[in-house]
Amino acid sequence: MVKENKELKVSAIKEGTVIDHIPASKLFKVIEILSLDKIDKQITFGTNLESKKLGRKAIIKISDKFFEEDEINKIALIAPDAKLNIIKDYEVVEKKVVKLPKQIHGIVKCVNPKCITNYEDVPPKFTVLEKNGKVALKCNYCEKITDEENIKLL
Amino acid sequence: MSKENFLGRSLVSILDYGKDDYLTIMEVAKHFEANPVQNILSGKVIATLFFEPSTRTRLSFESAVNKLNGKIIGFTDASTSSVKKGESLKDTIQTVANYSDLIVMRHPIEGSARYASEVSKVPVVNAGDGANQHPTQTLLDLYSILKTQNTLDNLEITLVGDLKYGRTVHSLIMAMSHFNPKFNLVSPPTLKLPDEYKLFLKEKNIPFAEFENITDTIKTTDILYVTRIQKERFSDPIEYEKVKNSYVLRNEMLEGTKDNLRVLHPLPRVNEISTDVDSNPKAYYFQQALNGVYVRQAIIALILGLI
Ligand SMILES: [Zn+2]
Repeated sequence: MVKENKELKVSAIKEGTVIDHIPASKLFKVIEILSLDKIDKQITFGTNLESKKLGRKAIIKISDKFFEEDEINKIALIAPDAKLNIIKDYEVVEKKVVKLPKQIHGIVKCVNPKCITNYEDVPPKFTVLEKNGKVALKCNYCEKITDEENIKLL
Repeated sequence: MSKENFLGRSLVSILDYGKDDYLTIMEVAKHFEANPVQNILSGKVIATLFFEPSTRTRLSFESAVNKLNGKIIGFTDASTSSVKKGESLKDTIQTVANYSDLIVMRHPIEGSARYASEVSKVPVVNAGDGANQHPTQTLLDLYSILKTQNTLDNLEITLVGDLKYGRTVHSLIMAMSHFNPKFNLVSPPTLKLPDEYKLFLKEKNIPFAEFENITDTIKTTDILYVTRIQKERFSDPIEYEKVKNSYVLRNEMLEGTKDNLRVLHPLPRVNEISTDVDSNPKAYYFQQALNGVYVRQAIIALILGLI
């Protein structure tokens, strides 16, 4: 019997997208952000897989699904090291990394308790800034900055 | 001058505008100062929605509208309106937008003005959204500086009082940053300017230094901008009492200062400028408040495309 290697623990797909290097603790957030619970394609998840870089990582394989850049970049905030493999006929035809978008809609809560987004049913909107090499989000409403360490998902 | 930049557009934050926009407003405000009574708002309805009371700001807006022959609808305090019954801001704004050509809004929640501008079909002028923005105050400060100094460029500005929570001070720093200023920051150690603004000044290569006494830099100052130190900012009342009296401008301090120095204050004043300063020709704070009427006339006229 052939010894399975780690990568094969989650079965291969014919066509579609593999999202690798997701921190294991963020798997369900990624599912939510990409609304994977609402699509009817075949999806396989693997989690708590060993990763030198992340400790424990998760992987998602989605058949017959190719993401728009804006769509996939939404996960950059919680899975900045995520890598995409685009699969055609069982072969990786393209590799992509996620990039932080310039604007983030929804997803994150504004750190300012006096912000309108924390009072009324207003989806938060942020402009993504770099501050000392870290991500900072400036609220488009109250103009307060949410630092990387204070980022809380909705 | 690009007046088109204002047409139909809400005025929410001073950060949405650049140097040319400020100068356009200054130019138009000058026109209204020369001709404050006109008929241009005839047939227009301006809503003033004050979800928290601010008599001074409301009266200034209403005076601006009345002098231009516009009509005013609205409320002066949310406790007397449908908001009290739990109506959402969105519903209130969308309803009022049906009845008016422009909405002036004051609201205690930060970011409420931006949100209102998104859900309103008529332009919204922010008259203060909590501790965030109060752009018409900043613009009238700019107009007052321009009028008293004949320029906005290369001025030495001393900011006194609560530089930590003072929203007018933060916005003034942002707005003046286009005009090559030098800032002296005079405050109690507990109420210093927050780091984010110091970082902003550094990035823009704008010189600034911190002081603890008004007299440290008063001799070289062009604009002395005094703000109120609020008691509720101090957990220790004794600390407040100590601080309160060391940041009071008294008339004798103005001896030997530059002829062009003017004292500004966003008002209301409590005791941070003693009343003996009022009769000094360098006191400008009441005139500054009057300038607010012209600046608000300019803003409304520009947004509605009436000038
Ligand atoms: Zn916010």
